[in-house]
Amino acid sequence: MSTTLAPPREPPEAPADVSSRRLTERVFRIRESGIIAVLALFVLITAIIQPRFVSSSNIQFILVNTAVYALVALGETMVIITRNVDLSVQSVLALSAYLSAGLFGHVHGIPIPVVFLVGFGIGVVFGAANGLMVSLGRVPSLVVTLATLYIIQGIDILIVGGNEVVASSLPAGFVAIPNATVFGIPWEAIGVAAAIGVGAYYLRSFRSGRELYAIGSNPEGAQLAGIPVAKRVFVAFTLCGGIAGLGGVLWAAEYQTINTSAGGNNFSLIVIASVVVGGVAIFGGSGTPVGAAIGALLLGTINVALDVLGISDFWDQAIAGFLLLVAITLDRLISLRLAAALRKRSARDGT
Amino acid sequence: MEPDRDMSLAATVDAPPGWRSRIPARNMLRWETGLAVVVVAIGVLGVTTSSEFLTGTNLFNLGLQSGEIAIMALPMALIIISGEIDLSVASIMGMASAVLGYLFGKGWPMPAVFVVVLLVGILAGAINGLLVTRVGLPSLAVTIGTLGLYRGVANIILGPNTISNFPTAYTNIGVNGVFGTNLSFSAAIFIVLAVIFGVVLHFTPAGRSIYAMGASPEAATFAGIRVKRIKTLLYITSGVICSLAGVLLTFRLSTAVNTNGLGLELDVVAVVLLGGVSIFGGKGTIAGVVLGVLAFAGISNALLLTNFNQEAASIPVGILLLISVFVPNMAQLTRRLRDAIARRSRSAPSAPAIGAGHD
Amino acid sequence: MPLLSLRGAAKSFGAVHAIIDGSIDLYGGEVHGLVGENGAGKSTLVKILAGVYQPDSGQLLVSGAPTVLHGPAAAQDAGIAVIYQEPTLFPDLTAAENIFMGRQPLRRGRRIDARQMRAQARALFERLGVRLDPGRICRGLSIADQQIIEIAKALSLEARIIVMDEPTAALSAAEVARLFDVAATLRAHGAAVLFISHRLEEVFEICQRVTVMRDGRQVLTRPLAGLTADDLVRAMVGRQLDDRAADEQHTPGEVVLQVDRLTREGVFTDVSFDVRAGEIVAFAGLVGSGRSEVARAIFGIDRYDAGSVAVGGRPLRGASPTSAMAAGVGFVPEDRRQQGLVMDMSVQQNMALASLGRLRRAGLISSKSERNFAADWGLRLRIKFGRLTDPVSQLSGGNQQKVVLAKWLGRRPSLLIVDEPTRGIDIATKAEVHRLLSQLAGNGVAILMISSELPEVLRVGDRILVMREGRLVAEYSRSDASEETIMSAATGQLQEQAP
Repeated sequence: MSTTLAPPREPPEAPADVSSRRLTERVFRIRESGIIAVLALFVLITAIIQPRFVSSSNIQFILVNTAVYALVALGETMVIITRNVDLSVQSVLALSAYLSAGLFGHVHGIPIPVVFLVGFGIGVVFGAANGLMVSLGRVPSLVVTLATLYIIQGIDILIVGGNEVVASSLPAGFVAIPNATVFGIPWEAIGVAAAIGVGAYYLRSFRSGRELYAIGSNPEGAQLAGIPVAKRVFVAFTLCGGIAGLGGVLWAAEYQTINTSAGGNNFSLIVIASVVVGGVAIFGGSGTPVGAAIGALLLGTINVALDVLGISDFWDQAIAGFLLLVAITLDRLISLRLAAALRKRSARDGT
Repeated sequence: MEPDRDMSLAATVDAPPGWRSRIPARNMLRWETGLAVVVVAIGVLGVTTSSEFLTGTNLFNLGLQSGEIAIMALPMALIIISGEIDLSVASIMGMASAVLGYLFGKGWPMPAVFVVVLLVGILAGAINGLLVTRVGLPSLAVTIGTLGLYRGVANIILGPNTISNFPTAYTNIGVNGVFGTNLSFSAAIFIVLAVIFGVVLHFTPAGRSIYAMGASPEAATFAGIRVKRIKTLLYITSGVICSLAGVLLTFRLSTAVNTNGLGLELDVVAVVLLGGVSIFGGKGTIAGVVLGVLAFAGISNALLLTNFNQEAASIPVGILLLISVFVPNMAQLTRRLRDAIARRSRSAPSAPAIGAGHD
Repeated sequence: MPLLSLRGAAKSFGAVHAIIDGSIDLYGGEVHGLVGENGAGKSTLVKILAGVYQPDSGQLLVSGAPTVLHGPAAAQDAGIAVIYQEPTLFPDLTAAENIFMGRQPLRRGRRIDARQMRAQARALFERLGVRLDPGRICRGLSIADQQIIEIAKALSLEARIIVMDEPTAALSAAEVARLFDVAATLRAHGAAVLFISHRLEEVFEICQRVTVMRDGRQVLTRPLAGLTADDLVRAMVGRQLDDRAADEQHTPGEVVLQVDRLTREGVFTDVSFDVRAGEIVAFAGLVGSGRSEVARAIFGIDRYDAGSVAVGGRPLRGASPTSAMAAGVGFVPEDRRQQGLVMDMSVQQNMALASLGRLRRAGLISSKSERNFAADWGLRLRIKFGRLTDPVSQLSGGNQQKVVLAKWLGRRPSLLIVDEPTRGIDIATKAEVHRLLSQLAGNGVAILMISSELPEVLRVGDRILVMREGRLVAEYSRSDASEETIMSAATGQLQEQAP
């Protein structure tokens, strides 16, 4: 640390610099508030057409439904920030759902928190495998996690076979988790929100969290700056896997009947879409888990809104895809405008 | 004067002209050869586990099962070599299937339906291409979006309906081979397309341009290569071919339903990467892709015959995919592991640590 | 006692001996210049000091203590900071975060103290005498500003040894002056600065001592007082170079390129000039004055908002390099590795890349024609390579540039635009390229050359156009131009300046 500096006073900032900084900040805030605005607008319009949409039971339904996606989006955000991607969350979730829920049938009286730990543990194992291969092998994560998506899916099929975990084997306490509320807000949503809050705070205020952004912003530069890139990426993938494992347990609590189709098709892609819509750059370096959660909330809300409006279910995938395209197009146009504006400013100010 | 060398020391081999674009050619040669060995090994495995493996009927089934994936792998390979990706392929397939079923269900004559399906493919590919080239969006994100959008359109068009009363003249492609042989229609189409794509990629200026833009997008533009136009054309080609694959799938299954082709995009990418095409762009051959198709098809088929839970065939495919990316990096990987170990056991201050990776 | 002392370092990569006897002593309070041709071993030496490479033999002493640097982190700990030509900042993070990444000041509970971090960054900028906003995201900052941030980072690390690896290559004169002021400040604080540059005039300006490397060895280390540029060149090259290009008088012919009131909002305005066959027009000016942008607009890579371009009398509808190439224009870009060459491809393939249409037979590329084409041009330009199928990345910078030239000359252009034709190239090849350009002009090609090296502009250009902040402000013929007049026009000192 620089001890030779005089106690820092606050000199007036150069006006040109400040204005360009304010511009970039303004733009970023627009982005994050943009999705909130879209969400609010959407809810408003739907509520006007069908007031049932904002009934407390429906809101609870939306929150619980979205919770799993938002949670997994937290882990995925950490990975994407480092300029990687984890496609395998889908099958990790599915396997974890089956194995952890299946525990209730095999180990009578097993405490629920232990099941959560097991789910987390299963996810950690696969996440660590991904992390090792990506960080040590320096192999593109798209390919690695595509492969592990396949492999874990296969393992899931082998283990599950034609069986399934049925609701009746699950203890009442477990099954009640999605329905438990406090002041009308589901505990599950609160728990997930807390996790996301912790994650966001970590990414913002701790050195290792900031290093994840550095890695995604300039991988070679991160290496040269002495950042332990391999270690950080490994931890990011391990956490992502673990969180997906947790998501699997939550999924089991919500859907209760678990077979090989747990998680649904395209789960990974829906999570990635949520993350991108939520303002996390697909090439890393920027974005927050809060934004990702809002993205998940938006997609989940649309899903339910379509149901409520009586529009066939079949529209929601098209809308989700369309929204993703709109989000990234807007991002691109905004950043182009921003770059041009900054260029004109610095040209004008002669810096 | 000592030339300022880049520190890559791969020895070069005088490559047969036109055949390879990536130097050092030795790496590529190694991959395709290794893959060919794997394919032969799969064949041997298949024969030893089931006497039926190399029978005509089984080969017919093999071609049938993997035909659509094989066909879609060809434009996908070109797109990946050019530095992009297309994850919407299976959704375009599904959309084509939905349009086919819907229009046929409305009583349209088949030829007219084919034309519309073709146009749908062109449109879908064009949208992908324009978003990537004109708006400048990353293709991974775009095609994740269109994957949802096009599948959604398929959902909207067909809804919960299933159309299955196609005329047997068409659905026969799922039963008979070309001219009554054991070569399925989709396999035959694949062979023809593979030759065409191979010639274009390896022997034409357009193909050379595709390698250039994948390896070095700026330099390609500065050399006058029309990067945007070629990439858009590649996406349109992909759209058309995927529509074709959708039609083939529909007739093979005799069914048009909104879930046709669901999840196949990852199979197609896997096959292409398996074939030695680098996900970073600028590297890969059609021969490799063909071998990748054979390896993939062979595994699925062999497992089917051995009563192995065929749905778990994804495990060997996944493992092969991992091998496909690790093996080229083997030398670097072992060196890096060695360095990591050496660093951990660092204790002698006198000896300078030698040869940390200078990549 | 020197702050840093490298004795007898050697480093080989397989059969390539990058450094055979590298030695240098850096004293505190001194700026030490390091010069040498490409391949002399300068960048390997820098990488050894940076901890990126470990020498095969030799000794490194930091403040007299033998030190082994296992990696960049160790070099940082030893107080060594390296400023590269291309700064490696994190574009999505703020200037302050870039400076303190990994060492951010902490509050209680190991949380980052963002306000303290910004304040410290601001103090560093003040110490350096520059105005930069620590809260500014680094995306879009000029290279000069990025370098300042790197230097601030070095200061914050209490680096005592600061290595600047060709820092001025992409800087305007004003930015170079600012950098030199910063170097003087560092010197005054007792740091040792190692300054590597191809531009000898800069070395003479700010260095006290200089080391010359040649063929992997240190061949000369002397105080600069009493040395001339010729002495340095002789030591670098080992021979007396006749580096004045043939003073051919070119007789200009028809107008080939006509640019009329070309304008692009915020980049360049009302640019009008022409280039005739057989003449070399040099575009001088500071970096950022818009020259490359004008050239790229002419070639069709960038767009423009108003004005027109005509080649050979026919209007060129901007929009794409294809139409420019069809009109007979060739373009050798500024950035050889990213824009000029496909590094993954072979020498032969790179040369043929702009002529694929011509090397076709029945739609397919004829490998024989391609090979002959490449071999032919390789001979003509005296390009040194192993085999035509070698990857172009294995060639030296000078030979790589010749490959780019071959690529365009193979199309027999009527107008050749070259942007910084000899940047990062050793002296001998530089002279060759100048001679080549002169020859081309003699054969009737119209040449538009953009260059930031004034000696080159004066040596090669028949007519010299000066741009400043997007406008053409002066035109000189070779006979009535001098470095001073060009520089004055480029910096605007000729006009009455409002403060």
